[in-house]
Amino acid sequence: MLLDFFFALRAQRLAVGPEEWLALMEALARGLHESSLTGFYHLARSVLVHSEAHFDAFDLAFAQVFAGVEVDALALQGELAAWLADPARLAGLSPEERELLAALRIDELRRLLEERLREQRQRHQGGSRWVGTGGTSPFGAGGYHPTGVRIGGSSGGRSAAQVAAERRYRAYRSDLILDVRQIQVALRKLRELRREGRRDELDLPASIDRTSRNAGELELCWRPPRRNHARVVLLMDVGGSMDPHARVVSQIFSAASRSKHFRTFHAYYFHNCVYGSVYRDSWFREALPLDELLAAHRPSSKLVVVGDALMHPLELLAPDGSLDYWARNATPGIESLRRVARHFERRVWLNPEPPRFWRHQTVAAIGELFPMFPLTLDGLADAVSSLVGGRRPRRGGGAVSVDADD
Amino acid sequence: MIRPEIITPGFNRFSGTDGYITSAPLEQAVNAAIALGRPLLIKGEPGTGKTVLAGHVAQALGLRLVRWQVKSTTRAADGLYVYDTVQRLHDSRFGDADVTDIKRYIRLGPIGDAFSSPDQVVLLIDEVDKADLEFPNDLLQELDEMRFTVLETAEEIQARHRPLVVITSNNEKELPDAFLRRCVFHYIEFPSRELMVRIIGVHFPDLEQQLLDDCIASFYALREVAGLRKKPSTSELLDWIAALRRAGVEVSRLGLAVPFLGTLIKNERDLELVAAASGRRR
Repeated sequence: MLLDFFFALRAQRLAVGPEEWLALMEALARGLHESSLTGFYHLARSVLVHSEAHFDAFDLAFAQVFAGVEVDALALQGELAAWLADPARLAGLSPEERELLAALRIDELRRLLEERLREQRQRHQGGSRWVGTGGTSPFGAGGYHPTGVRIGGSSGGRSAAQVAAERRYRAYRSDLILDVRQIQVALRKLRELRREGRRDELDLPASIDRTSRNAGELELCWRPPRRNHARVVLLMDVGGSMDPHARVVSQIFSAASRSKHFRTFHAYYFHNCVYGSVYRDSWFREALPLDELLAAHRPSSKLVVVGDALMHPLELLAPDGSLDYWARNATPGIESLRRVARHFERRVWLNPEPPRFWRHQTVAAIGELFPMFPLTLDGLADAVSSLVGGRRPRRGGGAVSVDADD
Repeated sequence: MIRPEIITPGFNRFSGTDGYITSAPLEQAVNAAIALGRPLLIKGEPGTGKTVLAGHVAQALGLRLVRWQVKSTTRAADGLYVYDTVQRLHDSRFGDADVTDIKRYIRLGPIGDAFSSPDQVVLLIDEVDKADLEFPNDLLQELDEMRFTVLETAEEIQARHRPLVVITSNNEKELPDAFLRRCVFHYIEFPSRELMVRIIGVHFPDLEQQLLDDCIASFYALREVAGLRKKPSTSELLDWIAALRRAGVEVSRLGLAVPFLGTLIKNERDLELVAAASGRRR
């Protein structure tokens, strides 16, 4: 049953790795679940899940495995013992994770468990700690759940599986909601730090070094401050099939334009597909020819396109395919897009339509030119890391790095 | 990872204090963090008592609390120690102290303090999400190994007792996965009415039942006003009740048009929303 639970969690795409799993096993071996399923539910959640955004997925997995089953919580430790006999049964792990698992001291865990079971057998008679959740046990006696759902086993209330089945954390799922602040948080990772500009930051270690070399005569060193170097260009599809997504697009815009940490930020609009020009305003009054757009922005700028990429194939692939009858475009839309894609080395396409619609011909064609991500919080985070990808964070590991001269 | 050296005897130790009402899941998370020797990460709406929790855990366990308030400019290295170069430079210019002894200019930060303390402590790293995005990652190694080296003096500071680390976050920034994997996580939900009655009871034991009921009714009605930017929280409710009691105001059947609204709603736009909502109800 424990293994089923592990697989159910992985099936919900929760990133439960050996480290968390081993921590849970250790907690079980120590009896931290207080021999109740409710206790196990909360224990497992606090150890395996790291964000309220994943509570819902956890609840789904928990309900799937434990719902309707009269689980003898004491038997969980028996399950643990069985798993310890053959820990390699955790299929679905990457080779690195397997290696990590093999390196762990399974024997240590086994010893802990045996100790606990021995102790438990002895104290079981006394009934002060192990039986149920009532009485003198510190758990369950208070019986109050923060939302007023009484779940202590002793109160005859609901089981953990019932609580899990309620899916009260649905609203916290991060792949569903987007608000401006969350978008900003995601965009914050879009940065490129460089020391640049006027040398007006005192470089203390260098100053001390120079001063001491100078026989104590004070000599100050200055260096330029670290600044975000990211230049961002946002291209938004508005109108037509994008109307249902107008709100989320405007949220992206306001989040990005309010993010003060970009070196430069420019936003342009297009309708349906990029043809010969883009527009500075969403009413398409002020056109900017594609040549000028590409000339104005260096290839290292990061391009974010928001659009559903959904149109009639002719609108993308044929000359004069523009929706607007009067706007004759000699080059087909796909060619214009290809030019844009060739110019910007770092580019992403955010699609408000869920990925299951992406098999459409024009979406797939555009997806070949632009790495495409769904317009959800997770998708945005993936898009941002793809934009800054390839570079590792500059300051990793040791916190004791006294800022060296760089 | 199993760390046999940190087995804490009698781990089931935290079950709230007189001044702090906990829930069973929260107690379980605290005790799991103690027993597993992992940091406890607390998230939740502002004003649900994340920071206060650490103080009460320390109180319940009889340990000293070391608090580290993180700001946007805080660097991870500051938590270990600060090498006061400016003071040393100063002293070398004016020559009234022994500048050859670097040790005199090393000041331990909160983590250094917690590690070098002769007794076990509770280390609160408050609002970890305020700092730079890389901040939590930079802390990982030290919190895992429970030791660090002062580079300037090559002195190693090793924790005598693994401190109980409590970390709070307001969700302003996502925390790195590697950091999260090592934490025991708990999300403090907004208290239900029943729990809120108990919480108020702890702070105002002699509050009249009528006033209590009216306050709670108005408070939850306020929270339900649609579109509020900042919903009033527990700490604001407590402030409000304190203000009401000091002024001796009747709240009875006031609904949303309550006195001292400013203690609950702190945003001009929200005030307008509440005014509009209370107008509709009348």
